[in-house]
Amino acid sequence: MVVTEELCYAPGILQKLDPRGKLSTFVLFIVITGLAQSLWILAIILALILALSFLSRVPLGFFLKRILLFIPIFTAVIAIPALFITPGKPLIDLAGKIIITEQGAHTAVLLVMRVLDSLSLGVLLILTTPWTKLLVALRWFHLPSLVVAILGMTYRYIFLLLHTTNSMFLARRSRTIGSFSGGENRRWLAQALATTMAKSQHLSEEVYLAMVARGYRGEVFILDELSLRRRDFLWITFALITALILLWGIHL
Amino acid sequence: MHIPDGYLSPATCVIMYTASVPFWYSAVNRVRKALTNRTVPVLALFGAFSFVLMMFNVPLPGGTTGHAVGGTLLSILLGPWAAILGVSVVLGIQALFFGDGGLLTFGANCFNMAIVLPLVGYFIYKVIASDSEATSSRRVLAAVVGSYFGIVAASLAAGIELGIQPALFHAIDGTPLYAPYSLDVAVPAMLLAHLLIAGPVEAAVTGLVFAYMQRSHPSLIKADESGGKAGKIWILWGALALLALATPLGLLASGTAWGEWGVDELKDMGLGFIPQGLEKLAGWWPALFQDYGVPGTGDVIGYILSALVGLVLIAFLLWMLGRWLSQKNSSKSGSFSKGEPRS
Repeated sequence: MVVTEELCYAPGILQKLDPRGKLSTFVLFIVITGLAQSLWILAIILALILALSFLSRVPLGFFLKRILLFIPIFTAVIAIPALFITPGKPLIDLAGKIIITEQGAHTAVLLVMRVLDSLSLGVLLILTTPWTKLLVALRWFHLPSLVVAILGMTYRYIFLLLHTTNSMFLARRSRTIGSFSGGENRRWLAQALATTMAKSQHLSEEVYLAMVARGYRGEVFILDELSLRRRDFLWITFALITALILLWGIHL
Repeated sequence: MHIPDGYLSPATCVIMYTASVPFWYSAVNRVRKALTNRTVPVLALFGAFSFVLMMFNVPLPGGTTGHAVGGTLLSILLGPWAAILGVSVVLGIQALFFGDGGLLTFGANCFNMAIVLPLVGYFIYKVIASDSEATSSRRVLAAVVGSYFGIVAASLAAGIELGIQPALFHAIDGTPLYAPYSLDVAVPAMLLAHLLIAGPVEAAVTGLVFAYMQRSHPSLIKADESGGKAGKIWILWGALALLALATPLGLLASGTAWGEWGVDELKDMGLGFIPQGLEKLAGWWPALFQDYGVPGTGDVIGYILSALVGLVLIAFLLWMLGRWLSQKNSSKSGSFSKGEPRS
């Protein structure tokens, strides 16, 4: 669940690309995934994703575990009732009462495939792009610097606060024998949450003072310089051609 | 409530982005104007807190768990516009790093959880709290009720977004292309889960944390920003009554068929037998059997749609009115803007 930045610096093909080009082409592919209405287009996109992740040295097992474990399985479970309740031509007749319709089967597979593709694209982007670079790219796309600054800092302090609350759980468990009632658990959770909130508030004050001590005057500057190279143009050209072919396939 | 990519058509996603952009725009502007240099660290830390809050699974009576969003809590402590920004940032990070929600559906998720939720929650909180003391128990009640209806309103919005998909986007042979469940399935499923599980969790967490904050950090609770003069407060009370009526009525109006999804009722409905696999599923996806029932629920859908539109409109308009009233007779003050010169 916790994200490592290790893969962002592996010597792969996607890691070498400029984040702006990567971000926009990946969003384009996600849009195409949204527009696709046939399974074979979604299958082609999935093949493309797997090829890219292989070329980017993303371990296949790790990649599949990250995306398959979570949302697609959840989606598949959600899609099961659709098999039966979607009106249409009967495909399989179970005991004469419950009928799986052709349309139901189609919509369920379509939903799962589309979720799988979109999610894989997002995961692949985030696995191969350092967060700071992505923020620079977002700033380049005119996201207000206020928002970029908050995004960056929120991400950092999420891990600190998670660590803090984990320590609180551990501290409690290490002093506990036996089990608690639901009421006791709720009381403790309320205290833990409120303490975390108070800590957040206190920390924000300290962080603010530390920022002021380092010359912060309410403006955010972003230092990273980005440059488009030849491989970026090659990638963008490749992505655009692929996108056009896929769009042509969608309208066929 | 996080909708992943693939559940909503790109057209819906574009519309939801369009609906969210004005709120983001004015949130950024207002936060920039109203707050100070502290804005960035404060929002970052409270955003991170909201993220952590979503990870706390609270044990519920009956053996299940649920988690809170904390949007109403943030809007009470930081103001609704800052809450819009804070929760949007958290949703963005969740979509990118944790696969919770998607990039195309980001606009829709933000509309539900970062805009509808804090605005509705904050509005109700303001109305009930009116000008009571910062440490009064009336404010705890306000926070509890506000956060409950905030999350229920957000789930209603999500249910409608999901529910309109099959009617609007389907192939020639009737195959739904995106989320496959129609309004009469999606809306009750979302509403029921949030009325009964997530809503109480959100309300309890908000109330407990709020009560604790009153005792330990009363300075964080803005009491001096009054909710309008006593003479005009009746308008807000009237609106609250309307809101309170509108939300659960969507469920009540349709009678027993919607509220009771038990396996027993299904047998009464003439289904005869229940397959075992489906019987297990019934516990958590109760709306599954809806289509075996009556298909002609068009008027109910219309009712729910109008209830939502009315709810959001009333909430927003009256919240603006309240703001206007309070700006007229009190100087602006907030816990994070005291004595801080703007650079």
